[in-house]
Amino acid sequence: MPSLNYVAPTTVNDAVKILADASGPTRVMSGGTDLLVQLRAGRISPELIVDTKKIPGIMGITGSAAEGFTIGAATTGAELGDHKALKAAYPGVVEAANLIGSKQVQGRASLAGNLCNASPAADSVPAVVAAGGTVTIAGPTGTRTVPAETVVTAPGRTSLAKGEFIVSFHLPAITGKTSDAYLRFIPRTEMDIAVVGCGVSVTVDASGTITAAKISLGAVAPTQVPVDASCIIGTKLDDAALEKLDAAAQAMCNPIDDKRGTIEFRTKVAGVLARRTAKIAYDRAQART
Amino acid sequence: MSKIHVETTINGEAMEFLANPGESLLDALRNTLNLTGTKEGCGSGDCGACTVIIDGRMTCSCLVLAVEAGGHEITTIEGIAQGDTLHPIQRKFLENAALQCGFCTPGFIVATKALLDKNPDPTETEIRFWLAGNLCRCTGYDKIVRAVQDAAAEMRGG
Amino acid sequence: MTFIGNKSDLRVVGTRPVRPDGVDKVTGRAVYGADATMPGQIIGKVLRSPHPHAKIISIDTSKAEKLPGVKGVITSADIPNIPSEEAFVGEGPMNFRDLSLNCMARDKVLYEGHVVAAVAAINDAVADAALKLIDVKYEILPHVIDVEEAMAPGAPILHDNLFTAGVTPKPTTASNVAKQVRFTIGDVEAGFAQADVIVEQTYTTAPVHQAYIEPHACVAAIAADGQVLITASSQGHFMIRAYTAKLLGIEIANIRVTNAEIGGGFGGKTVVYLEPLAVALSKKSGRPVKMTMTREDVFRGTGPTSGGTIWVKVGATKDGKITAAQTVIKLQAGAFPGSPINPALMCAFAMYDLANVDTLGYDVVSNRPKVAAYRAPGAPISSFAAESAIDDLARKLGMDPIDLRLKNAAKQGSKTVYGVTHGVIGYEEVLNAAKAHPHWTAPLGKNQGRGVATGFWFNIGGESTGGVFINEDGTASVVTGSPDIGGSRASMAMMAAEVLGIPYEKVRAVIPDTASIGFTHVTGGSRVTYATGMAVTQAAQAVVEDLKKRAAMIWDISPEAVEWKDGEAVPAGANAGGFDPLPLAAIALKAAKTGGPIGSEISVNAQGAGPGFGAHICDIEVDPETGHSTILRYTAVQDVGRAIHPSYVEGQIQGGAVQGIGWALNEEYIYNKKGHMDNAGFLDYRIPVASDLPMIEAVLVEVPNTRHPFGVRGVGEVPIVPPMAAVRNAIRGAIDLEMFHLPMSPPRIRAAVDAAKAPKAAE
Repeated sequence: MPSLNYVAPTTVNDAVKILADASGPTRVMSGGTDLLVQLRAGRISPELIVDTKKIPGIMGITGSAAEGFTIGAATTGAELGDHKALKAAYPGVVEAANLIGSKQVQGRASLAGNLCNASPAADSVPAVVAAGGTVTIAGPTGTRTVPAETVVTAPGRTSLAKGEFIVSFHLPAITGKTSDAYLRFIPRTEMDIAVVGCGVSVTVDASGTITAAKISLGAVAPTQVPVDASCIIGTKLDDAALEKLDAAAQAMCNPIDDKRGTIEFRTKVAGVLARRTAKIAYDRAQART
Repeated sequence: MSKIHVETTINGEAMEFLANPGESLLDALRNTLNLTGTKEGCGSGDCGACTVIIDGRMTCSCLVLAVEAGGHEITTIEGIAQGDTLHPIQRKFLENAALQCGFCTPGFIVATKALLDKNPDPTETEIRFWLAGNLCRCTGYDKIVRAVQDAAAEMRGG
Repeated sequence: MTFIGNKSDLRVVGTRPVRPDGVDKVTGRAVYGADATMPGQIIGKVLRSPHPHAKIISIDTSKAEKLPGVKGVITSADIPNIPSEEAFVGEGPMNFRDLSLNCMARDKVLYEGHVVAAVAAINDAVADAALKLIDVKYEILPHVIDVEEAMAPGAPILHDNLFTAGVTPKPTTASNVAKQVRFTIGDVEAGFAQADVIVEQTYTTAPVHQAYIEPHACVAAIAADGQVLITASSQGHFMIRAYTAKLLGIEIANIRVTNAEIGGGFGGKTVVYLEPLAVALSKKSGRPVKMTMTREDVFRGTGPTSGGTIWVKVGATKDGKITAAQTVIKLQAGAFPGSPINPALMCAFAMYDLANVDTLGYDVVSNRPKVAAYRAPGAPISSFAAESAIDDLARKLGMDPIDLRLKNAAKQGSKTVYGVTHGVIGYEEVLNAAKAHPHWTAPLGKNQGRGVATGFWFNIGGESTGGVFINEDGTASVVTGSPDIGGSRASMAMMAAEVLGIPYEKVRAVIPDTASIGFTHVTGGSRVTYATGMAVTQAAQAVVEDLKKRAAMIWDISPEAVEWKDGEAVPAGANAGGFDPLPLAAIALKAAKTGGPIGSEISVNAQGAGPGFGAHICDIEVDPETGHSTILRYTAVQDVGRAIHPSYVEGQIQGGAVQGIGWALNEEYIYNKKGHMDNAGFLDYRIPVASDLPMIEAVLVEVPNTRHPFGVRGVGEVPIVPPMAAVRNAIRGAIDLEMFHLPMSPPRIRAAVDAAKAPKAAE
């Protein structure tokens, strides 16, 4: 019968060593809300589970809007939602994390797990990417910090090497009138996997003109896709700009037909969400003083 | 692999048990500790019938490994009443007929406690979105929401 | 039987006390199927077919049997090969051979998920490992899922010995059409010829599951002398006893079933899946065996209700009088015959007083789980089509849709297409209550629409046993054979308390095992408050007669001179004697001296169950860009006869309405091309969640059914009949789109929006 071990290292170095030395299939565990589902369904058969939650710093949020934020990799969505300063600075990232699963799931689920599970439909990924998020990875060769969008390479696959795991996420300092938003389309009002997800970050100047923007779509391709924001930069997000954005978003889609949506539906709704999400991010940016 | 010894606190009582590494907290509660009030509806975190509170945060016990419970404080449905005094939430569920088959009820009561501990005066929308992770097939949720509102009012001293 | 009192005379009935099993349920103390244990129990698990249609060439269980910790393995070789035998059970006919084959396949698997073997082992891990060691060799056969495809010539045939019943001359070629059935009155051709306006449409619905939150579970043990104990959650422990006895060839007296609390059934737990297997495994292993289904098992292996195709045609004269109504319905039965085609046909137009009606239906097998009853089986499907067509008829006539229904409303004396004449019914009262409700005239905004639809369900009576026993201290015990799926113990205690004249708190209602109470039919068909309530009421009345006799003995007067008033024996008038009233408790104290224990157990085969009618008003807002629908407001009006416990009556209406909303908007079985269910879990089988809904206002109209002492009508099933058409008609009102297929999920609505906008140049 297959055997499964569990270990909960108390330092980064111990964790790296265990992961690097593991001989059989191994899984890192933060919140476990994807891991346990896959384990029970028999979709994965690890021999070792490495629980990171006892490592100091792996849970918790430090920093501020002025300095930027560092978020421990296993910090729960619920904690993110309770953090007033983070929510005020990055409403899009927080609302995305608070859409994963249910309130129960958010009591455990983490940004690291959501990213490394590498589902095309992960809710927090488009928001973190649009916000310019980076991740710090610890491994046998030391630590490295990379843009969040470089981690997922394909559905279920990441660019992490053996022995590596994510220790923290970073969101940049807020400069100027910048804010973000995340919207997703689901058939019900909660509980569904995103049929389309959209994260947008927008910076406006004093006149209300967009000077910078980053847009990421989820669930419409094997990994998140960027949408070329140039069609809205230099505009005040008028109807013409929104129409261009809709078309640009649709053009980036490469979705599949599955039980959650058809290619046609996902593509059209991607355009709709891009417009609506950009509008919310724009209004939030405008409201910054 | 041999079982792991887990020392934890459940409903205010120190408890210890042996768990297989891959076993869920739900399985440990039900099968090892005989706390069968927490239910399995789906085993995959989609129905909320297995809701417990860990260190003040509600979660699905089917999504937690039993071995993770060590050193933490867990509240289950069996810990909501104080001895033979029902919690206002439990009384209001009964008075408002907020249960029919009652299978989802433990999960809803624990989730409601987590809600009202954090937000003593939730709006109807806040209640519905907080409880969206708890499926009920019998009631259509109407009387459950009313029971939560009623309990919240009493707990606020209304 | 006496009709008890006007509403104003009732002291307990109509109030809202806390249910007797409530504290156990809010504290986690209540024992459901999976909570029950037997000492020494081991775990049973099943092996399910990965193929939708295949011959079983061989099953080699030898490796599994040798695995340490495995105590027994069974296949169809361990289950008696019983002949075909039909019986009327629950809400429809049951063929016992089909039931046996459904529990354990023999020679052939007919759906993905069909059980082919089972193991009993010392724990879950060993059982799982043992299943992997069972070697089944299949010869894969072509499969068919869709009902139209299953009917088409050249379709893969599921049963070589299935010939379409109801066709003359009797066919000689095997078919997937198990039967053809027709109900007809008058002359629809003539009726349509008279019509000024005709609406003709075809609708489709997908199979939907009852989706009870509690998966099936049981624990069973057979002793060396052949006596069987089973604890299971179900809608009928007598049903479990009867089916297990039949399938395993055990005498009924040798099986005792204890009813665990049940976590939802809605019809889906009126059959067995696990219990006969658990007993067979117990026999093989010599140990009690506990079996529970996973959520995935529930979806892959238990019966949803049918999906189908409904063609409907209705015609009316300009003044709104419907002159003819016709429907042809094809329903999927799953792997074995038995779709609810009869009730679907019977209920489609039962709300209307029509001279010309023709309904034709087909029961069609296909490679998916055998369907089980789901709340008013068949009626929601046909009503979706009929009530949508009626709505379109109203539009074409320029008539208010409630007025159109009022103009054609069934009333006492109206004849149905299936030959029954309506007695006292409340359809007009329901329609008028809906029309008068403020919801009907509340304002609507952009992309918001309102729909109305009505529904009917027969409700059944049948066999029930109820007992009322007076305890030595004057409290009372009520015992019935009806599993409590929604608060019926409260209603039973209330009816007994009302008759006995004592406080509700002095009456406790329990459900003993099958050896301890007389036979009782399943909890289904909206029958418990009616039939079991009737038995309990009659038992309480018999007890009251006995109490009067005891008082007469104590007073040494004639029993005719004693009356029962407010829980006390009183002399009937001054001539009888100046005795102080004797409360029930005082008489109970003297029971031994006046004849012995006081109690009565009555069995009934309740007749006269009155049908129920409902009218639902739904407001919806549709986002045309995404196809997303939001239910804004929902009002469900229903004739409930007499609400014994209004909160639980409201609960039935709210729950049924929400199931219907889920059926309308998002629920469906999704199959891939290999015939595998793609969404066998609550993540992608999308039932409504709390944030999807507003409050559901239940309006109780009471037109008492005089065949029941308290005027009860069954209430549980009617509320699932109107919602799909109400939602569909609301969507029509919101964005002027006619939808013909369920579910009306966002991709379908968005596609319909786009199709409506597309230039008509192609024509």
